[in-house]
Order: sequence, then C-alpha cells, then structure tokens
Amino acid sequence: MAITLSGDHALPSPPLSPRLTPAQVWGIVLLAPYLLVFLAFVVYPVCYGLWLARAPSNYVALYNDPIFARAAVNTLIFLVIGINIKMLIALFLSGFFAMQRTWIKWLSVIFILPWAVPSIPTILSVRFMFNPEWGVINHLIFSFTGDDGPNWLNDPTVALTMAIGVHIWKSLPFWTLILITGRLAIAQDLFEAAEVDGASWWQKFRFITWPSMQTLYITCTLLSMIWTLGDFNSVYLLTGGGPADLTHVLSTLGIRYLRLDQLSLAMASIVCAMPFVLPLVYFMMKRLSR
Amino acid sequence: MKLPGVSEFSWRDVATEARLLLIGIPVFLWTMIPIYHMFLFAISPKEDAFSGKLWPDHPTLHNFEIVFKQQHYFLRDFYAQFWNSTLIAAAVGALTLFIATAAAFSISRLKVPGGRMVLNLALFTYFIPAAFLAVPMYRTMGNYGLLNNHWALILAMVTIASPYAIWVLKQASDKLPVELDEAAVMDGATTLQIFRLVYLPLMMPSLVAIGTYAVLLAWNEYLYAFLLLSNDREITLPVALGNFLAADDSPWELLMTTGFIYALPPAAVYYAFRRYMVGGLTAGAVKS
Repeated sequence: MAITLSGDHALPSPPLSPRLTPAQVWGIVLLAPYLLVFLAFVVYPVCYGLWLARAPSNYVALYNDPIFARAAVNTLIFLVIGINIKMLIALFLSGFFAMQRTWIKWLSVIFILPWAVPSIPTILSVRFMFNPEWGVINHLIFSFTGDDGPNWLNDPTVALTMAIGVHIWKSLPFWTLILITGRLAIAQDLFEAAEVDGASWWQKFRFITWPSMQTLYITCTLLSMIWTLGDFNSVYLLTGGGPADLTHVLSTLGIRYLRLDQLSLAMASIVCAMPFVLPLVYFMMKRLSR
Repeated sequence: MKLPGVSEFSWRDVATEARLLLIGIPVFLWTMIPIYHMFLFAISPKEDAFSGKLWPDHPTLHNFEIVFKQQHYFLRDFYAQFWNSTLIAAAVGALTLFIATAAAFSISRLKVPGGRMVLNLALFTYFIPAAFLAVPMYRTMGNYGLLNNHWALILAMVTIASPYAIWVLKQASDKLPVELDEAAVMDGATTLQIFRLVYLPLMMPSLVAIGTYAVLLAWNEYLYAFLLLSNDREITLPVALGNFLAADDSPWELLMTTGFIYALPPAAVYYAFRRYMVGGLTAGAVKS
C-alpha cells in the first residue's frame, strides 16, 4: 500500500555528513517530532491493521455478511445522493448569502451555528425530536390529526434519510462558506455587462458563475465525499446502525466489528473501501499539492 | 433607473424581497430547530419537556442547577469530565502547534531535504477518513499500553490535527519574503533566533487559527474519545453525553442541559475567532 512504501522514504535518509549545513541539521531536528508522530500513530497502525486483514478468509466472511453489503450500499447512497444534494443546496445558498442585504448578513451569522457547535448534542436533540412516544414531532402530528405519528427511526429508509439530513445540517454551512468565497472572487463587471445585455438569471449563472466556479465545486464535492466516508457521528448517534443493523455505513460498521472484537473483519471492511478512496485521495493530492 | 440614495417604492423590489424571504425563513428554521429544541429542553422542567410544547409553561434554570451540583447518577463526574475535555483540548492545541510550526518552518524556510515528501505524506493522512484510522489506532494504543489514558486521546488527536496544521502553516510560511531570513543571517542570527524572533511573530495570525482549529477538533471529538477512554472519571464530556443513551429512561432534559453547556465554549470560541477561521481555514481548505 502507498503508505507503507512511502513511510520509509519519510525518514530523513541522508546521513549526517559534514556537508549538512547547521540550518539543515536544525531542519531535520524540527521535522523529527512530526515524523515520530507519523511513524508511531499512522505508519505503525496502518501496517499492523493491514497485516491483521491479510487472511483471505476475512474477505469471504465479509462477502457472506449481509450487513456488510447493506453498509456498502448505504455508504454509496450517502455519498452519491447525499453529498450531491448537499453541494447543490450549498451552491444555491452561496448565491443567496452573497447578496448585499443587512438581514442576510445576520442570517449568515446564525447559519454558521451548526458548524460551530459540536455535533453530539445537536444530533441527540434531533434524535429525541423524532422519538415516537415523547418527541415533539409526533406530539404535533397527534395534536393536528389525532393519529399517532410513525416510529420514524424504526424504518431503515427513513432512518438513513434522516442520517443524511443530519449530515447535511451539520456540514452545509462549511461548504456554503467556501462556495461564497468562490462566488465573491468573480469579477463583478462581468455581471454588470451581462445585465446590460439583458441576460436572464439562468444565463448569468450558466455562462458566468458556473464556468468560474466549476473547478472549485467539483473539488469541494470530491473532498466532501472523502470526509463523509469518515462521518461516524451522523449515523451512529442518530440510529446506532439500527434498526436491525440496516443503516450502517462503512465507518460505523468498522467500529461495530471492533466492538464485537472482530478486528480483522473491521480492517478488512476498510481495505475493501480503499479501491474507491485511494483514487479520490490521489486526485485531491494532485490538486492541493501544486 | 433608480438613483443611489433615493429610496423609491416599487412592486418589483417587494417581490424580490419576498422571494428572498421565501429562502431565508426556511433556512433560518432549518438551522435553528435542533438548537432551539436543545435549549427548550434545557430550560424546561421534566413534565414540560416531554409534553411537546413549543415553550414551557414554567421556564426554569433548575436543570442547570442539577448539572452544576452533580445531582444525578449520570452527572456524578461532570466536573471531572469537563476538566478532562478542557485539559485534552488544551494539550492537543499546544502539541499540534508545536509540532506543526516546527515542521512548517523546517519544510518551508529551511528547505530540509525530503520536506516535500513529508508534506505529501501529511496531506495523505489528512485525506484518510478519521473513522477508518480509528480501528487500527485503537489496537495500536492498546499495544502501546495507553488505553484509558488521556495521552492516548491527546496523541491520536494530534495525529489527526497536525497534517492540516502543517499544510496551512506551510502555505502561510511560503508567503513570508526570503529576504527576511537572509537579512537575519547577515546580522549573525542563528536558526533558532530566526525561528523565535522573526518567524513566530510574523506567523501569529495563522498560529491563532491553527491553535483554535486543533482545540475545537479535540473538544468536539466523539469517536476517538469513546474508543480510547472508558473509565467514568477519565472520559470527556461528549462520551458522557453518549453514555446517557445507555439507559431506557434517560433524563433527556439533563442530557440536553449538559449538551448545551458543552456546546457553549466551542461556539463562543468559534464566533470570537470567526475572522481567522473563515478567512484562514476555509480558504486554505480548498484552494481553487
């Protein structure tokens, strides 16, 4: 794997020869703390984990585990549908928040709140809102219709949708902020010229905004997908993977195996995700390390 | 044509404003409902909290009193846990700053051989989803004998925070003119003096941003905290909040109150440093 190979190169390989200037010696000394952390807490765990997951029987066990297949599908739904919806909303809202109005400025300050507060209390708050017996949602349904509301989190489709909703709630502000910076970087005279030419709202978006933002937008989408793979909280704290382990995603599944003391299965499930993750990571590194 | 400064009533403007409100109001509700719901629970007595009212009949601070006096089974160790969270966040902030600043200085200013490679490795780590690294990290900490020790969480969070910190600080370092270092060398400054007297003062804004980033990351972390710490007196606040769920008859009003208290410091820090965070971090996160 890439990490294990390149880990060796990370060592300050040239010997401490007299050719090294004092500045270079200091360079190595100052780089050493990070290298130590990297070796001890990235290289070693990753190698150890891969070694644990080496037996093919793990992958057979995973293949035969319906929960794994379900988690893989859920993860795909989360990434492909969830992230794209989120980024489209962020793109739309970035246009809204870029408007020069006092009340919109204030709203944007409030809008950041989900990003600024920790996710645990707010996710638990949402979870309780949808509690079938005591939650405020079913109370409202009861008082308006006289019927008992549904047992929201007991339906895997609804529960997964809500986990995606919670994820969007939490991270939408961040991506909107980034897309706002992208929008504000577009030269305003382009829009003024388009205005003079009588361009419609859609034409302005299609021929000015989108061409200048598409690279940023696609980068953001890919980055968000990589990070969302690691979003443990949205699913775990809302549904706990339930009902009947039907709403797991890969990140919660790995932890589930870990808690069942099946560490090699946990690692194997992560290794299975690597063919999808590594190309994305490679692409992002190409983009960011210019 | 409308002249600037002359306000003129027009139906067109009203329609535009109405359309904007049609976006603004749902955005406001969507953002605020979960937070308001949490706040509502925090100020409601137990009976009101579970009655589905939108405002309690008798708003009270009694829940806060229970939390601060640790008068509930789930809250026995509230202060210890709050202290753990604070201590770990502070340690992660300080260690990350130290490691990342040294590395960024070394890579960007001293041009250490192999620096480019280290930067790429750090970036690579940054893109590994944290929940994936958590699995082998848990076992590794066990091998190191650090489980249930605060150092386990501190070191894990430093590992996660430093790649991005190094990357942002390296970008910021590159912007400082080389002439500064050269001039200092001319004056006979040693490398350490350049680091301390030239580099650090100029990097202050980025250091504030990165320190805040690392502190918030550690304070907010749930997954690693709950994997690596388990003893009731050693865990951090988010783990304690998660533990409320273990019981069937969880005191949700107390859970929400504790959650509210837990959410206040990061929100305050975020808004206090918003200028740095929004400018420094988001622009750095995605270079277009």
